[in-house]
Amino acid sequence: MFGFGILSGLTFLPLVGAGLIALVKEDNDGGKNTIRWIALWTTLVTLALSFYAWSQFVPGVADFQFVEEKSWFGSGLSYKMGVDGISFPFVVLTAFLMPFCIAASWQSIDVRVKQYFIAFLVLETLMIGVFCALDLVLFYLFFEGGLIPMFIIIGVWGGKRRIYASFKFFLYTLAGSLLMLVAIMAMYAQTHSTDIVGLLTTKFDPDLQKWLWLAFFASFAVKMPMWPVHTWLPDAHVEAPTAGSVILAGILLKMGGYGFIRFSLPMFPDASHYFAPLVFALSVIAIVYTSLVALVQEDIKKLIAYSSVAHMGFVTMGLFAMNQQAVEGAVFQMVSHGIVSGALFLCVGVVYDRMHTREIAAYGGIVAKMPVYAAIFMVFTMANVGLPGTSGFVGEFLTLIGAFKANTWVALFATTGVILSAAYALYLYWRVVFGKLEKPSLQGLADLSAREFAILAPLVLLTIWYGVQPNQILHACSGAVAQLIKNYNAALAVTRTAALSLY
Amino acid sequence: MYSAIVFLPLLGFLIAGLGGKKLGDRPAEIITTALLFVSCALSWITFVDVGLHDGHFSAPVLANWMTSGELKVDWALRVDTLTSVMLIVVTTVSALVHLYSIGYMHEDPSRPRFFAYLSLFTFAMLMLVTADNLAQMFFGWEGVGLASYLLIGFWYEKPSANAAAIKAFVVNRVGDFGFSLGIFLVFMLTGSIAFDTIFAAAPGLANKSVHAFGLDWNAMTLTCLLLFMGAMGKSAQFLLHTWLPDAMEGPTPVSALIHAATMVTAGVFMVARLSPLFEQSATALTVVTLVGGITAFFAATVGLVQNDIKRVIAYSTCSQLGYMFVGLGCGGYALGIFHLFTHAFFKALLFLGAGSVIHALHHEQDMRRMGGLWSKIPVTFACMTIGTLALTGFPMTAGYFSKDAIIEGAFAAGGHSSAAMLAFVLLVLAAGMTSFYSWRLVFMTFFGERRWSEQYRLLHGHHDDHGHDDHHHHVGEPHESPLTMMVPLFVLSIGALAAGYVFKGEFIGHAAGEFWRSSLFAGEHNHILHDIHEVPEWVGMAPFAMMVGGFGVALFMYVIAPKVPASLAGRFPKLYQFLLNKWYFDELYDKIFVKPAFWLGRLFWKGGDGAIIDRFGPDGVAARVIDGAGFASRLQTGFIYNYAFAMLLGLAALITYGMFSLGGGQ
Repeated sequence: MFGFGILSGLTFLPLVGAGLIALVKEDNDGGKNTIRWIALWTTLVTLALSFYAWSQFVPGVADFQFVEEKSWFGSGLSYKMGVDGISFPFVVLTAFLMPFCIAASWQSIDVRVKQYFIAFLVLETLMIGVFCALDLVLFYLFFEGGLIPMFIIIGVWGGKRRIYASFKFFLYTLAGSLLMLVAIMAMYAQTHSTDIVGLLTTKFDPDLQKWLWLAFFASFAVKMPMWPVHTWLPDAHVEAPTAGSVILAGILLKMGGYGFIRFSLPMFPDASHYFAPLVFALSVIAIVYTSLVALVQEDIKKLIAYSSVAHMGFVTMGLFAMNQQAVEGAVFQMVSHGIVSGALFLCVGVVYDRMHTREIAAYGGIVAKMPVYAAIFMVFTMANVGLPGTSGFVGEFLTLIGAFKANTWVALFATTGVILSAAYALYLYWRVVFGKLEKPSLQGLADLSAREFAILAPLVLLTIWYGVQPNQILHACSGAVAQLIKNYNAALAVTRTAALSLY
Repeated sequence: MYSAIVFLPLLGFLIAGLGGKKLGDRPAEIITTALLFVSCALSWITFVDVGLHDGHFSAPVLANWMTSGELKVDWALRVDTLTSVMLIVVTTVSALVHLYSIGYMHEDPSRPRFFAYLSLFTFAMLMLVTADNLAQMFFGWEGVGLASYLLIGFWYEKPSANAAAIKAFVVNRVGDFGFSLGIFLVFMLTGSIAFDTIFAAAPGLANKSVHAFGLDWNAMTLTCLLLFMGAMGKSAQFLLHTWLPDAMEGPTPVSALIHAATMVTAGVFMVARLSPLFEQSATALTVVTLVGGITAFFAATVGLVQNDIKRVIAYSTCSQLGYMFVGLGCGGYALGIFHLFTHAFFKALLFLGAGSVIHALHHEQDMRRMGGLWSKIPVTFACMTIGTLALTGFPMTAGYFSKDAIIEGAFAAGGHSSAAMLAFVLLVLAAGMTSFYSWRLVFMTFFGERRWSEQYRLLHGHHDDHGHDDHHHHVGEPHESPLTMMVPLFVLSIGALAAGYVFKGEFIGHAAGEFWRSSLFAGEHNHILHDIHEVPEWVGMAPFAMMVGGFGVALFMYVIAPKVPASLAGRFPKLYQFLLNKWYFDELYDKIFVKPAFWLGRLFWKGGDGAIIDRFGPDGVAARVIDGAGFASRLQTGFIYNYAFAMLLGLAALITYGMFSLGGGQ
């Protein structure tokens, strides 16, 4: 297609949709609906294209696929795209979640419809771009660019404290990003290249590695988010519109984990090894600390946001345990969390659209009026708890079984998360869904509409399917992960030999 | 055929769960029940084929579950003698409970949901017992936990039912915490979690040490202890038992199926299944023995004074599970499973009988408002008596063979283990208490004055917290339950009378080796099944004497001199309250776990996130820009949080330091 490959198509297709939407006038209902349909079709076509790419994708190998490269400004910088088994699942996940976001915004967004959907489509372009970019500068542009539409989505269509939340979000992420930019410049100064594939085989000086690692860490840790830089997330989630929360939890958080796996671990293996205990400590604290905080939340979305932080703790723990099970588990955990937490936020959106409150105390006993909703919410609650048979289990199980090999203490503390997650998730479910339906405001609740059911049902099936048959994702990334670990260990061995030869 | 046994209940769950509304109540009931009976029939065929005939052991693989590096986990159905025993226990009781529930739940508005849950439970339990690796076992393990959670909280409008459901799930998760770590350790040691591989590797690991959690451990001991923690949770053993009595909030058929006959015995099954591992660690077996003995004794003491008919039976279950673990701990895996087998019949019978009483009395569960019922519901009375005889170990009933064998086993093992001797003493004492509380239950329910007539009339007017509002046909005297409820009682009565006598030869007698084949493993120095026949005669007589004694005391206190219990309670108020309040475990756990968890959560939220991270982070940055002068005053007002901050930082530093220095792994 015009000399560009399928990844460019995937990345920029949403922009085409955004362009079309820009041409439509939204001053009447017809216009608004046209905009919605254009947005939906754009994301569906993107999804179809991603499925097509999937059918062409060779799983289980380490190489980058669908690679395309163009020089840029003739400056040595280049436009280079490509995916491997680690990044490709996230591309599909992004394309997969977008139609749900569009559908979930169908009725709840009624002001500035045009800008809203444009922001979402631009965001999709940038997110897919992050996972496809094979050039540092390109990656940085996509990575940071994603900040802007999200900032706008929270700041314009958010709840009461949206300004505070969006600035907090911006402040945190920007602080991290600037450090990463400095690191990227330092890397360029060293190698005169921004080609990620080339950098993957570059051996940086171990001392420099530590500084570069810390700079990247600042950015990725905020995105994950890791304790203690997680406090932007609950606020951002609470204030964001439903679809914004879905994207935030489903995709944006994964950029941090993806960053670790694409940059920190392979490019700075010595530093990663050196700092692994720090990451373990922060991961374990994140799991225990945020689970306890989730237990006492009074706002449904905040509770789920905190539980997201805990689940991301399993990811960082698994990544730095650096063995096959743990890293594959971390990738799987990210994909699974994308589906499950996205679905949970959609579930919250369902009742929020009816009641316009997220206060847990405002609910209770809604199963009497919404039995189908209750059943679906139960499935996702159990997936959040990590019940075997749901996708939530596989990621937790693999990261933990891998982490145990790397460090038994880490696994011990992290495993307490399975107790705490059961406590906070079931306690939430009780207060919202079970109990007697006594509040007069809840008497008129209607069960899921056909549109809502159509949104949630596929996610239920997928959650259970990946719980029983997770190999599709595990197999996709197995080759790339094996390669990552092999190179990592080889690099550590080289450093060790070098250190020994000094004596 | 194995697939049919396991997946027919799943089919029932899907039909009743997804289509229950459209199908209507009665079809949903009939479909799930019929599927269960088919599954049950196939299970008996399997049992005869695999267990009694020269059946072949097989473990057909259905599909791969997950593969990651050297970790390969399959979905498989492993059917050997041990599994086939569990298959008949689970499907028989489940089928009968399905049938019983048609009668018992006939007033409930959401019956399809109830039957769906029952079938879901059965499916998960069958996945558990047919597992060929630890992960699939864990799948079933958590699946039954989910079903148990859903069924305990079935009457979701009751706060107590919700609390009990969450408690059951979370306490089980505490056990699963150990179970999970055990699985991780097994994988670290053997590179696999498939049974055949780890069983083959176990002898080689017998005296290996492993470095974990900062200490050097005997590899097999640590593995078994961690796995056993899971068993303690699921089987409600001492310290992790608190959820089981509360689980009685669920409908009574649930208590019979899940919290007596099947799910709670999963821990016993697990230890028996993993006998090749446990045989390699004498220490772990000692712990199993001790925990079992203490639980048997502890639960029996609490059972002495409870007034809720279901709670008495619940503590009895807890206590009997302790017996099973003592049997296992002595190396008598067959003893434990034999008691599991017989116990399933008579305990399900007792629960369903209690359900019949409760049904007759309008969901009255307090024995203080029962009495004199034997002439009103004579058949139920007869069945309950049979169950009680079997439980207390009356000669020739099921419990006589299985329970006494465990007591003898404990004595035999006591020759070289003081833990087993202690367990023997505890079990004998518990046998006396078992007899007392069981007969107390019978006497309080069926004999003495009728304490229900007053309440019965009162109750009739304002009813009820169980979600049953349709009671108009209850006018009149307590009456016998419908046939759907009585048939299961008859069948279970036969089991309670005959299961011990019929199967003792295969399970623990001369044919045991032929019967179990490789499904249970015994080390070369383990001759427990032989040794139980060598014990002195008084050991065999001791439980009988205790049974008669317990019966006599109960008869005296509740029939001959019914004023004695109250005056005894009055004379020892502290002891009475201690027992009545279940040794204050709930209060203790609330103080040391539940409250601190919420307190910490609030501290981390308001203090950690709000007052520290945000204040020094984004808000702080913003505030500094806006006004620098407020800084000093802010600092002064927040000194508590400064402490908290210092504490948090210190904690983080400490954990980091620990990670750096202690390392882990081997």
